[in-house]
Amino acid sequence: MAIEKNAPAIELINVSRRFLSPTGKSLTALRDFTMTVERGEFVAVVGPTGCGKSTTLNLVTGLASPSAGEVRVMGAPVKGIDPRIGFVFQSDALFPWRTVIDNVMAGPLFRGKAKSEATAAARDWLARVGLSRFEQHYPHQLSGGMRKRVALAQTFINGPEILLMDEPFSALDVQTRVLMHEELLRLWSQAKASVVFVTHDLEEAIALADKVYVLTAGPATVKSVYTIDLPRPRVVADIRYEQSFIDYSRTIWADLKEEVETSYARAAA
Amino acid sequence: MTDAAIDIRAGAFKPGTSDAEIEAAAAKAATHRRRTVMFWRVAILVAFLALWEIAARLAWIDPFFYAMPSAIAQRLYEWTTEGTSEGPLWYHLYVTMEESVIGFVTGSVAGIIIGVALGRNRMAADIFSIYIKVINSIPRVVLAPIFIMILGLGLASKVALAFVMVFFVVFHNAFQGVREADRAMIANARILGASNWQLTRSVIVPSAMSWIFASLHVSFGFAIIGAIVGEFVGSRYGIGLLINIAKGSFDAAGMYAAIVIVMVVALGAEYLMTMVEDRLAKWRPQPLHETQ
Repeated sequence: MAIEKNAPAIELINVSRRFLSPTGKSLTALRDFTMTVERGEFVAVVGPTGCGKSTTLNLVTGLASPSAGEVRVMGAPVKGIDPRIGFVFQSDALFPWRTVIDNVMAGPLFRGKAKSEATAAARDWLARVGLSRFEQHYPHQLSGGMRKRVALAQTFINGPEILLMDEPFSALDVQTRVLMHEELLRLWSQAKASVVFVTHDLEEAIALADKVYVLTAGPATVKSVYTIDLPRPRVVADIRYEQSFIDYSRTIWADLKEEVETSYARAAA
Repeated sequence: MTDAAIDIRAGAFKPGTSDAEIEAAAAKAATHRRRTVMFWRVAILVAFLALWEIAARLAWIDPFFYAMPSAIAQRLYEWTTEGTSEGPLWYHLYVTMEESVIGFVTGSVAGIIIGVALGRNRMAADIFSIYIKVINSIPRVVLAPIFIMILGLGLASKVALAFVMVFFVVFHNAFQGVREADRAMIANARILGASNWQLTRSVIVPSAMSWIFASLHVSFGFAIIGAIVGEFVGSRYGIGLLINIAKGSFDAAGMYAAIVIVMVVALGAEYLMTMVEDRLAKWRPQPLHETQ
């Protein structure tokens, strides 16, 4: 299949995803879901808890396949795990029995790079996330924020063209989270990757993204798309006090609130 | 809880006590606690042996059946200096150890390999699980006569028995450990570019390792049981044979002496295993205060 030069980084076209519950019932996580992520674009996906946000990411990685519709990466349909994709998980997905540097160099080693080359690259990335002093530490010896930075280095070292993030900072405290936002935007501006950032935190979505997709309560489909026209580079710690940020926040929240309430009412019923 | 010894009680220190003083006091408390534990351990052992000895000498219990510590010690002394009626003690111990170690190593290697393979392959696990359950339901000891019939009185039959004792324990833990491996961690490795083999080798097996080690701890004991039971049923050498001969001549002291030897060996093996595990598991969080 010829790969189009200027195809969008990610296209999900009328995708549905059904799966079987452990009791054998068929459940629908996504319905007629359509989303396009241009190259170098930062897209945030917000929606009520449990609506199927993470499913969109699994479809792009190839860890899950659509029941209907089409998923394309760089213009070509997804077949298995694409090496151009990086993924940052919500939970701690580091390997606890490996030191920090061994964690970071895992990707290049899996991909067949020589050990010396991988070590040099890992040192470089640890320096970029400010963890050079912790090379020989084990993950359990680090704070939550430091572990996330190791996870970022572990992902970025593979030079992903597409970066998928599944509520990556939701377990961090608020102050650490803002620092991680700055860190992420800095790495992203250097790497020029396309990002899909799934979160339930609307302010996080607006502060980081070019475009915010609001999803409906499950089965998820796109409710509305907002383009965030805030200038870059952004200072995440301060941006939330700007009038345009507050306006975006108010408009999108009005939209999202309905879905959150629907989802809540359903869970309570 | 181990931290109890180092708890800084309210009112124990006046305001303005330096950190160094508090640390010194804590170190002292920890040492004191260690000594108390050691004292009671030894005291209980001594009391038990003394009670046994006195009860036997005053004929509260019949020394013919229960022997007594002094007689057991004397028998051990004879065995080590003069050898047993069946030849030198060391040779018997060597034979039993050889059987146990070979059975343990082959049994655990096979258990790990097959456990991991079935843990990684759902289909194969579903097909073979029924056979494993069936074989596992056989009390291992009843296999002893069969192995001896097939493999003879020598090494092979005891190794086979030790092997089946060890295999199932290790297999079950390896299998379970693989099943419990964190899914996010597996997905992470796959996206980072791990092939199936790399995933098994550098993610699945290490994360199952704590499960596997838990089984290795108990299974060396099982290997010894296998070897001794095998010797008991039919052999020319080994600790099991010594027990059998002592039984035949109503030599209670000899039976207990053999038990003491096995105990010492099993404890030594357990200690070695813990050392190896500590070395391999240095990535695991240590409790804040280590007091042995």
